[in-house]
Amino acid sequence: MPLGGILFIAVFVILFGCLMLFLASKAGKRVYDPVKFEAYECGIPAQEKKDTKISVKFYLTAILFIIFDIEIIFMYPWATTFRDFIQSGQGLFVLTSMFIFLLVFIYGLFWEVKSKALEWD
Amino acid sequence: MGQDTFQITVNCIKLVLVFLMMVQAVPILVWLERRGSAFIQNRLGPNRVGPLGLMQLLADAVKFLTKEEFFPAGGVKFLYYAAPVAALVPATLAFAAIPMSAPVHIDPFEMFGKNWGPYTFFWQGFEINVGIVYILGVSSLGAYSILMAGWGSGNKYSLLGALRASAQIISYELALGLSIVGIILLYGTFNLGEMIAAQQGLLHFQFLGHTVESTWLPNWGIFYQPLAAVIFFAATFAESNRLPFDLAEGEAELVAGFHVEYGGFKMLLFFIGEYGHMMVAAGLMTTFFFGGWSIPGVSYESVYQWAQGAAATNSGASLLAGLIHFLVWTVKFAIFLWIFIQVRWTLPRFRYDQLMDLGWKTMLPWALGNTIITAIVLLIAHS
Repeated sequence: MPLGGILFIAVFVILFGCLMLFLASKAGKRVYDPVKFEAYECGIPAQEKKDTKISVKFYLTAILFIIFDIEIIFMYPWATTFRDFIQSGQGLFVLTSMFIFLLVFIYGLFWEVKSKALEWD
Repeated sequence: MGQDTFQITVNCIKLVLVFLMMVQAVPILVWLERRGSAFIQNRLGPNRVGPLGLMQLLADAVKFLTKEEFFPAGGVKFLYYAAPVAALVPATLAFAAIPMSAPVHIDPFEMFGKNWGPYTFFWQGFEINVGIVYILGVSSLGAYSILMAGWGSGNKYSLLGALRASAQIISYELALGLSIVGIILLYGTFNLGEMIAAQQGLLHFQFLGHTVESTWLPNWGIFYQPLAAVIFFAATFAESNRLPFDLAEGEAELVAGFHVEYGGFKMLLFFIGEYGHMMVAAGLMTTFFFGGWSIPGVSYESVYQWAQGAAATNSGASLLAGLIHFLVWTVKFAIFLWIFIQVRWTLPRFRYDQLMDLGWKTMLPWALGNTIITAIVLLIAHS
């Protein structure tokens, strides 16, 4: 049922949103004026194109996010089963193996800070 | 899992109700925010339309609906129109998975000449076993609608705002995800319902063979994971783009961020999305750290017994008990929503490099330390 429910509510919400946009587009009055459709840049005529130069930092942040997020997701199944392992007496082994994995994580974070990948100016 | 017509109908109605609840809460929150901010800033706020300015909501809706339809030159039509609709979806999907009250058990009954078996309905849109993973996954889809809006508008301010917003959302998602690891370690489950069940009763735990028990504190997650609670709550502010993390909008620099070119109802849909994320955050805070729908000091059984006296049948008693717990949940939920509003009107905005530093260099290491310490303490306490 969760899958059916998710599909149902997603389709319902999308239809609701489209209907609202459609109704709103019919309700308002329209006055044509070419100046109105220019990109808003505080009243100054638009000078640059929209695909202007973007700082490479955003790209770097995205890559770092993917690496770290995957590492964090690996910790989730470990966290759910950790108590069961403690109960069966294997807690120390499971904790140690997780710490070896975490060392990679911590080293990565440390290296990232040291190499100034996170400095914004 | 086989389901009959009755179950499917009830579940669909439930889903629609959850969505409408979310949409209906937005104007009330907007009113509360305007009145609350007015009192914080020593003014009156909207008080002309209707009693206490409550009809302002209706006037606003009409105004939004009758605004002129507008599409900026140089925009991408599909992205521009799809973005506001896409902003609604993640918040709704995540909110529907939050349990709001105790499950309702319906005894067998007869209708339309047929027997309908016993049912159990959960007081939430859908009951998912991997609730946390699902909510994290779905709510982070919100970054897409922001990027779509930023690119589709064909405006520099929009694009910059969208980039900032998405970089901020993904940065804080790391701290958010890591702070949740501590919570999962504590409860040993992904299921939100089981988490709430684990928080019933009074504070008690085992440490090195001793049993520690409190006489009046409830068994809430906040007492086990205070650091995770702080990090989680702060990160959800960044996730929902609220002050002090609303760099995406930054009126002084970017006019309005990713929704510069949006007006009227399209703008309203973005608003619903933002407030929806706020509601998801408040719901998760109640579920993780404040016992969900449980009443401190009163067990579900005693409420159910009282309800049995008040209602004629077992089904009615179950429904009544569910309703009472739903009210309790609403109170907790509303307190967190108010904290969101209060913080917005109390703190100034961060600078962008401060924001990124806070996320990567402060909250991420603290969340990591919290995870490690939680694991070690669990190992020591239970072996």
